Parts: sequence; structure tokens; C-alpha cells
Amino acid sequence: MTETGEISRFAARFFKEVFKPPYEFRELLRQSYEIGWNSLPLVGLTGFIMGLVLTLQTRPTLVEFGAESWMPSMVGIAIIREIGPVITALICAGRVGSSIGAELGSMKVTEQIDAMEVSGTNPFKYLVITRVVAATLMLPLLVIMADAVALFGSYLVENLKGAVSFELYFSQVFEFLNFGDVIPSITKSFFFGFAIGLIGCYKGYFSKKGTEGVGKAANTAVVVTSVLVFILDFIAVLVADIFYEL
Amino acid sequence: MGQTLYQHIDEANEALDRSKAVIEVENLSKSFGDNHVLQNFNLILKEGENLVVLGKSGSGKSVLIKCIVGLIGIDSGKINVLGKNIPGLEQEELDRLRAEIGFLFQGSALYDSMTVRENLEFPLRRHVAKFGENVDSLQLVREALHSVGLEETMDLMPAELSGGMKKRVALARALILKPKIIFYDEPTSGLDPITAKEICYLMLELQQKFHTSSLIITHDMECARITSNRVVILIDGQNYAQGDYRELENSKDPNIKAFFK
Ligand SMILES: Nc1ncnc2c1ncn2[C@@H]1O[C@H](COP(=O)(O)OP(=O)(O)OP(=O)(O)O)[C@@H](O)[C@H]1O
Ligand SMILES: [Mg+2]
Repeated sequence: MTETGEISRFAARFFKEVFKPPYEFRELLRQSYEIGWNSLPLVGLTGFIMGLVLTLQTRPTLVEFGAESWMPSMVGIAIIREIGPVITALICAGRVGSSIGAELGSMKVTEQIDAMEVSGTNPFKYLVITRVVAATLMLPLLVIMADAVALFGSYLVENLKGAVSFELYFSQVFEFLNFGDVIPSITKSFFFGFAIGLIGCYKGYFSKKGTEGVGKAANTAVVVTSVLVFILDFIAVLVADIFYEL
Repeated sequence: MGQTLYQHIDEANEALDRSKAVIEVENLSKSFGDNHVLQNFNLILKEGENLVVLGKSGSGKSVLIKCIVGLIGIDSGKINVLGKNIPGLEQEELDRLRAEIGFLFQGSALYDSMTVRENLEFPLRRHVAKFGENVDSLQLVREALHSVGLEETMDLMPAELSGGMKKRVALARALILKPKIIFYDEPTSGLDPITAKEICYLMLELQQKFHTSSLIITHDMECARITSNRVVILIDGQNYAQGDYRELENSKDPNIKAFFK
């Protein structure tokens, strides 16, 4: 519980300093590459498999009801609204959260963060802000990519089993999809990215001495972030629901 | 040989007596919870002086220098560095002051993700103004590496260096801004005796070449003997005794004698 307060204070410090110069653009770019580009293979692969699995699993049921033609729009909505963002966020909580936690943790323990500070570079700006911003910006892009790959995986199954053409499949996907599905999904992806960056940095930045401390920083970063992803997702659904009502 | 060496130190110390203080620490206290690390600690570092602070492991030596450079906030007392009152400084002023300070960390603290060259360029990012507009950072990096004898490591990663080389690179990084004061936190820890001695002589050489003042933290007596103009002994959070190496070496006080065994 005290931790919630500390994380909030950490977040407040982020917002206080994020717009203040000097900006660390080069490091931001490097982190975006690290977080975004280097997560592509893993996110792509999981997205693809999710697409395959989801379609293979739901297909028989729909066939039974004779609702086979609903397949693309149903899978499309499931992937874009829920599965794409959440799976991507969880994968990134594991890959990105732990690596940020471990990296900053070991920098803390080996006094590299102190060294930055005495070199006149604000380590909070250089390390934390760049990573949090990079994660916040990259996650939605990764989600869009994961959605696309998952839909493609789903199309492959449909194409094999039901001989649907590429054009037909995707026109059906997009027919039932509207901004009300896409916008909330992208919006929550920003929050997922923010949470992943923030918690990873927080855990690393305040990591305890010793190699054990570093391991713990990485580990708890993943655990806390994963739980947070589900909580945020739940909140996002509630908020989106309120908008639908209006 | 020994006699002439001491004579040289005597002369140097006389000159130091007349020079002004670059660091003054007065009644510094710092606790972490119930752990009272420093209690009314006093210390003066004079211009051009090599001052060694001796103390057992965990006695608060690292905490002391981190307080002096403003990395750790203090509970009470005064810290004056180059005429500036550290606890009262705004971040910006503190950063400007830090351009005059070099810091060698206990574990070298090289940035793992950067090459040796990038490590050395890092302090230049913010403080390059100190050298005017058209400074050639590569030239400064070369000079700094040259003064520690490691020019060929420029494009290596820290992981590719030995412990002694890391210390030297870290030293080069501490030197690159041509600081007025250098803090050495255990410059010889984790090194074999021969490499340790090399580092000590390098420190002496740098003192003479750049006329820096240094605060050296160690529990390596050989290093203290070689590098010190004056020695301060830190016991129970206080400045227990000070004097030149020979004075303390011949002291009858068992607490002091314990260091010289
Ligand atoms: N950030 C911190 N938070 C809490 N306690 C600390 C912190 N830093 C240091 N201490 C405590 O202060 C005491 C002095 O630590 P310090 O690192 O200064 O010792 P040292 O004299 O440098 O020892 P060594 O020779 O082993 O480096 C220790 O008891 C340590 O546990
Ligand atoms: Mg120490």
C-alpha cells in the first residue's frame, strides 16, 4: 500500500519533469528502438499464434450454429478490442518491464546512476523519462502490429478450412469494426505502455543493494505490471462502456 | 632514499599549510534511521592537497564523500566546496559546481551500455561549455585516456576491460573535465598489489600534473602512504585523528595503531 503512494509520487515526478528541457532525444530514440523494434519478433509470433488458436477454437462452434460467416468479424472484434492489446502488454511486461527493471537496478547498484548525477546529467530525465515515453509511444504501435498479424493468422485458418479469399475475409473484418472499437483499444495501449515503463523504472531506480536486489527489481516489475495491465484493462472497459451509453 | 622522499613531503606540506581550503566540512551529521553514520564530522581539504580518509568497512567513508558532492542529503552541519554551500544549492548551481569535480566510484561505475569513448564523453554532454564553443570532444577523450595510458581501449565496451583497466578508464572519465577536486572512493579495492601501486603512483602523477586537490578514501595503507599529504581517521562517525602518515604511524593510540598493523 505504501508502495502505491511511492509509485504515484514517482509518476508525479515524471509528469513534472517530462516537458522540462533539456530533452534527451537520442536516448529516447535508442530506447524506442530497443523497446519497439526489438519486441517485434516476439509480439509478432505470439500475435500470429493467438490468431490461429482463436480461429481454430471458435470455428467448430460457429460451424455448428451455421454462423461460419460471422467468423471474421467476431475474431476481428475480439482481437482488436481485447486480445491484441492485452497479449502485447503482457508480453512487453515480461520482456520490456523486466529488462528495464534489471538494467536500472544494476545501474543503481553499481553506482552508475550516481555517476550520471555527478556528471551533471539528470539521471531521472536520461533514464526514466526516456524509457517511460518510449514504452508509452511504442506499445500502441506494437499492438497495431500484433492485431494485424493475429488477423492474418486467423485468415490463414479460414482460408484453409473455408477457402475464403483475402479480400473477402478482411472486408468482413472491417465491416463490423468501427471507431468505437479501435479508439479505446489504442488508448488503453498507451496506458499499458506507460505502466510498463513506469513500473520497470520505479523498481529499478529504487532497487536494493546487491545482485539479489537487481533480480528482485526485475521480477517484481513483471509481476506488478502484469497485474496492473489487467486492472487498467478492466477500467478501460468500464470507461468505454460509459461512452457507449452516452 | 626514504629520507629524501619524506623531505619532499615536508616541503610540500609546508606549502600546503599556506594554501586555502577547497572543501570545508563542519559538524556534519548523517543518519539512516537508527544508523548514525556520521556525527559532527569535521574536515578541511586544502588546495593541491591529497587528503586520505581512513576508516573501517562500513564506517561511512562513501557516505561522507557522497554528502560532500550532494548525492546524499545531510541531516545537519555545513559543507562548503569551492566557496559554495552545498546543502543550500539549487540543482542548476550544483550541476555547475560538479563540472569542477571528478568522482572515481568504488566499483568504477562505468556505463555498461556505452563504449569507453561514450563513457568519457558523457560528462562533456552538459559541461562542455566549460571549454568554450569549439571544443573537440574526441581530442579531450584522447588526452584523458592518454593520461591513464589506455588510448587503445577507446572503442571497447566496459565488459571487455579488466578490473584495473576499468579503474583507469573511470579515472580518465573523472579527469576529463579537468576538475579542481577529485574524489577517489577506494581507488585500489579489488586490484592486485602491483596494479594497486600503479594506480597510486598514477594518482600522484595526476596531482602534480593538473594541480588538483584530492580526497582519497581507502583502507589500503600502502595507497595511503604513497598518495597522502595528510591523513584523517574516521572512527564512530567522527574525525578521530589527523596528521601526516608518519605521525599517525607512530601514534600510541590503540585505535590508530590498529590501522597500521
Ligand atoms: N543509501 C543508504 N541507505 C541506508 N543506509 C545506508 C545507505 N548508504 C550507506 N548506508 C549505511 O551507512 C553505513 C556506511 O556505509 P558506507 O558505504 O559509507 O561505508 P564505507 O565506509 O564506504 O564502507 P566500505 O569500505 O565497505 O565501502 C553502512 O552501515 C551502510 O549500511
Ligand atoms: Mg565505500
